[in-house]
Amino acid sequence: MADTVTVRPPTVGSAADGKRRAQRRKRRLAVVFVLPALLLLGALVVYPVLFSFGRSLFDASGDRFVGAANYAAIVQDPATLKAIRNSAIWVVVAPTLLTGLGLLLAVLTEKVRWATAFKLVLFLPMAVSFLAAGIIFRLAYEQDPDRGVLNAAAVAVHDGFDDAAAYPTARAREGHGLTGGAGGPYTTTSTVRPGGSIGLGFIGVAPDALPAGAKAAAGPADAAGASPAAGTAGAADSIGGVVYLDFAPGGTGTPGRVDPGEKGLPGMTVEAVRDGRVAATATTADDGSFRFAGLADGDYTVRLPAANFEAPYQGVNWLGPALVTPAIIGAYLWVWTGFSMVLIGAGLAAIPRDALEAARMDGATEGQIFRKITVPLLAPVLTVVFVTLVINVMKVFDLVWIIAPGPVQEEANVLATRMWLVSFGGGNDQGLGSALSMVLLLLVVPAMIFNVRRFRRSGA
Amino acid sequence: MRRPSKTSRRSAATATAALALALAATACGGATGPAGSGELAGQTVTVAGVWTGAEQQSFKKVLDAFTQKTGAKTVFVPSGDNVSTFVGSKIEGGNAPDVVMVPQVGVLQQFAKEGWLQPLSEQTAQTAGSTLAPVWKNYGTVDGTYYGLYFKAAHKSTVWYAPEAFAQAGVGEPKSYSDMLKTGRTLADSGRPAFAIAGEDGWTLTDWFENIYLSQAGPEKYDQLAQHKLKWTDESVVRALTTLGELFKDKQLVAGGAQAALGTDFPTSVAQVFGPEPKAGMVYEGDFVGGVAKGQFGKKLGQDAKFFPFPSVDGGRPPVVSGGDAAVVLKDGKNGKAGLKLVEFLASAEAAEVWAGAGGFLSPNNEVDFASYSDDTTRSTADSLIAAGNSIRFDMSDQAPAAFGGTKGAGEWKLLQDFLRDPSDPQGTAAKLEAEAAKAYGN
Repeated sequence: MADTVTVRPPTVGSAADGKRRAQRRKRRLAVVFVLPALLLLGALVVYPVLFSFGRSLFDASGDRFVGAANYAAIVQDPATLKAIRNSAIWVVVAPTLLTGLGLLLAVLTEKVRWATAFKLVLFLPMAVSFLAAGIIFRLAYEQDPDRGVLNAAAVAVHDGFDDAAAYPTARAREGHGLTGGAGGPYTTTSTVRPGGSIGLGFIGVAPDALPAGAKAAAGPADAAGASPAAGTAGAADSIGGVVYLDFAPGGTGTPGRVDPGEKGLPGMTVEAVRDGRVAATATTADDGSFRFAGLADGDYTVRLPAANFEAPYQGVNWLGPALVTPAIIGAYLWVWTGFSMVLIGAGLAAIPRDALEAARMDGATEGQIFRKITVPLLAPVLTVVFVTLVINVMKVFDLVWIIAPGPVQEEANVLATRMWLVSFGGGNDQGLGSALSMVLLLLVVPAMIFNVRRFRRSGA
Repeated sequence: MRRPSKTSRRSAATATAALALALAATACGGATGPAGSGELAGQTVTVAGVWTGAEQQSFKKVLDAFTQKTGAKTVFVPSGDNVSTFVGSKIEGGNAPDVVMVPQVGVLQQFAKEGWLQPLSEQTAQTAGSTLAPVWKNYGTVDGTYYGLYFKAAHKSTVWYAPEAFAQAGVGEPKSYSDMLKTGRTLADSGRPAFAIAGEDGWTLTDWFENIYLSQAGPEKYDQLAQHKLKWTDESVVRALTTLGELFKDKQLVAGGAQAALGTDFPTSVAQVFGPEPKAGMVYEGDFVGGVAKGQFGKKLGQDAKFFPFPSVDGGRPPVVSGGDAAVVLKDGKNGKAGLKLVEFLASAEAAEVWAGAGGFLSPNNEVDFASYSDDTTRSTADSLIAAGNSIRFDMSDQAPAAFGGTKGAGEWKLLQDFLRDPSDPQGTAAKLEAEAAKAYGN
């Protein structure tokens, strides 16, 4: 190394020769300095890329050359196509939202006094590993409102506007005088005239789900309403009846009849309908009895509106097949917003103040300043943030892996998780996996080239 | 193939710590029992297995009994969950255990094909021939050579129920599949949905399918399908899926409906029946449901938590889907002879009765005295296992390549989950299953 470090001045007389020698020495020097980096890059980047490419031309066992068959399989396999589609959604949506959010927050925090505290809090999630963030959001997105905080909030808000129905599980005993699908409304199959009475049997309510005040059903009313029951028969201008739980403990009762031990269903809304119009409305008492008084003579059907049976609001199915990708992108936003905000904030601080002040002097509104001056001046920073995020999003793996539950794994897969699944997660087809990784590489390359070009330009 | 649940993920860390401790303990000579003066005095047999905790303690009791009988010292080495990797690395390191307790039939076949195994002794083969149903011996045989003695069995055809829910609805234990659905509907009438289904865990759904298929199509077709000699598009598969769909599509039978079932993992499904806020009357899975109901929810088995055998489907034999741990002897072990003797001992009813008394154990050995089981529930499970005799079949998804039968979000797990979400097209599901199976089996 000694002779390469001490560069002696060339001897007079052979100037051209010396120049060439110096140049050669310089080149050798360059090679020596670059060699370690080249070796590392070669071993860690170039060799694996080439190996993966070679491997992608072989089948699962690695013994048989299959040419482009693996690449053809990518295009044909619906699961992989879904992963490609998801990756595309990720690449378009996540960096755009993040850059936009970051810009918004950076501009806004510039104007508040406690900006540092605010930025600190927003930046905190960056310190949380993807694994931990994934577990947090898996819990937050849980369907059961008792466990998932998001659905707990959704249900609380919903129930604030709309009371939960009293009998969501109840349904009419089929073939005993009531028709209607699950969830109501239920209507009597036969009509009843004033002076008559009617028994409406329901099942599917657990004994401990009955309201506390429920009493034994009022009198043995025949479901067909043919014989007026002792407790419900009354004036000639009224229809009486009972809505009851047609299931005695131990299953001992007769369907369609009020048996001893069967309870009334209090608080049920009942309507008397004539010619499609509601003629009277009643609510059942503690023993399930109801009465419509003052009815004109005629044929009535009795209806129980669907509001009695509305299933309780279950919240949003965040981790269902439709919403799982947006939900995971949401978790990703939570982690990365701080990053883009801080970077854009730094760019913002570097904008020449006089340009902004000049604009203000000229009477530009804050909105105009933002659109016409801040954003164009920030463009280079925004591009850096955007491209960095695109590259980052391409390789997202852990969040998807942890948040997506088994049944929707396939709907949530991105290229990276699909590649892993195919090569190691049971499939053990490293040929196809390598092909997928080559596709991933090809997709990242444009972003890389763009970034390198930009660096070179700003360096020059 | 069970995916660790959310709750067990947390305990995995502690389990790992415990495992490390156990390894450390065995590393510094965890030999059990005093060296006696039997025929094998002075020899040491090393046994590897996946068991930890109570199971390991109970198995050590069995090893102690062997020590007392023969005078050989025994050492138990916990292998961790991946037996295949563990044994491979031990053989490479020249430190192979003598006997390995193998938990999956696929792993046993892999060992045999690698040429790692020693054929079991003549005496073991004879004992096994007379005390085990032939099917157990077949699962331990590879290419005509008997390598693996099934010592511990699992029973995956038990439907667990809450007796108070049955009493409230006035129903009894059903005897056939259609009876079971009828019972379920009556349960729903009484206000308690019938089944808690752990749809988030694909393996529970494969077990549902396997039970129905085994009973409906019979053991021969079951074997062919397990080896993928029969296509999944076969009419028998479509029929079994239709039968399963009858249950899946009935909102009264699936607690919370399919959507909720797909968000329910196995521990939660047990909690839905035996937990503090019951939401269903029955849960189907293996004998280990009883363990969860007892351990986690303090239910008394046979009183607050009962089971009935998975009923027969369409007049077939009631299915018994099973699995188990087989003892194999490694060629590279230092005391292969003593190892063979240990397997001879494990083949005896005497050895099985030691663990049966300790609980949490079923033996496929028909000479084991039922009286030796520690509680009535286990006793009746054992009874049903022995009574099933030669019609027992191993879990089909465990026999399949992992890509098809054992991967979260892929293959059979995923397709049956889709089927639970929308059971309207059994034919289409069968076609998709066939496509995935063809890919995974490569035939």
